[in-house]
Amino acid sequence: METFIKKRIKAIKKGDQNAYAEIVELYKDKVYRLCYRMLGNRHEAEDAAQEAFVRAYINIHTYNTNMKFSSWLYRIATNLSIDKIRKKKPSVYLDEEVSGTEGLTVYSQLPSTEASPEETLESLELQETVQKAIEKLPEKYRSVIVLKYIEDLSLQEISEILDIPIGTVKTRIHRGREALRKHLGHL
Amino acid sequence: MECPNHIIKLMHDYLDDDITPDDERELREHLQQCSACAHHFNSLKRTIAFIQHASHITPSSNFTANVMARLPKEKKMVRLGRWLKNHPFVTAASLFLALMVGSLFTTWNGEQQFSVSTRENVIIQDRTVIVPKGKVVEGDIVVRNGSIKIEGKVNGDVTVIHGEKYLASAGQVTGEIEEINQVFDWIWYNIKESVKDVMKAFE
Ligand SMILES: [Zn+2]
Repeated sequence: METFIKKRIKAIKKGDQNAYAEIVELYKDKVYRLCYRMLGNRHEAEDAAQEAFVRAYINIHTYNTNMKFSSWLYRIATNLSIDKIRKKKPSVYLDEEVSGTEGLTVYSQLPSTEASPEETLESLELQETVQKAIEKLPEKYRSVIVLKYIEDLSLQEISEILDIPIGTVKTRIHRGREALRKHLGHL
Repeated sequence: MECPNHIIKLMHDYLDDDITPDDERELREHLQQCSACAHHFNSLKRTIAFIQHASHITPSSNFTANVMARLPKEKKMVRLGRWLKNHPFVTAASLFLALMVGSLFTTWNGEQQFSVSTRENVIIQDRTVIVPKGKVVEGDIVVRNGSIKIEGKVNGDVTVIHGEKYLASAGQVTGEIEEINQVFDWIWYNIKESVKDVMKAFE
């Protein structure tokens, strides 16, 4: 797997775009999922995920092979999503700590999510509730929760992706879990 | 009931799979006695399960194509390289021309030694290879710096480099028969040989 990626990256650095298409195919689901959970809207997620791949391609020369390629991609996608969240929100929201439910009700107007037809109404409602709860998290908690529970990454990987100490990752996950619990724990 | 403040912290350590055995024991003992904390812990675990079971949505089917369309144009040399890779004959020919022509002139002029690719069922007289009447050579024959006289049969191609071929009226060659006496024939012959090798590698 890693040799496959390394070979493709070598070719991409030489400017071979076809090699990059293989990389996109490989990671598109994960990157899209991350953006979707961060942004809560399919259309915005599609655009953000595409932009993340374009940025990764343009900046491929700055990619350090000591890092997992997927981690580097997640970092780009996470930062991009956070940028987009900040652009569409008032800044007062940003530094708000998750202390009680007050901080979580600020964002009440939510974009609707499309569902695939095979989803039952019941599970669709649950899906929406879950997504809304994630979106109510300020982005610093949202990103760690998405990386941990949607992308299923280790604390070490999350620390690397977000470039923050493991202790900080833990604190954010704890607070994120507590905040989510207030919305989902009673279900 | 008064709960020690750090019990919640222990719950999260447990959920992070990062708890010492002593702490875990303390947590378990407390949860057994305290229904409020037990409830808190269960709702945390339920919350995690909900997040983990969020459906795995996928991007549009033309996602990759859209990304590729948004990339800056690639360099010409890379496109040429890939095109050549997809056209092995051209690649072999151009590689051959670029790298080999120089040395070919040398081999063309320098290699004067008589050689023949097979010794079976043939007679060699001086610099002439004879396939006698009634004899059959299985496979190709390449004669360098000599001639060939075919009175029998060759089941294959006959190539004569720097020489002449004589095909008797009764003689038979099932494959191609070729005489190479010009430097360009020689180059063409080498190109075809290297392409055959490339094709074999692709089979
Ligand atoms: Zn308690």
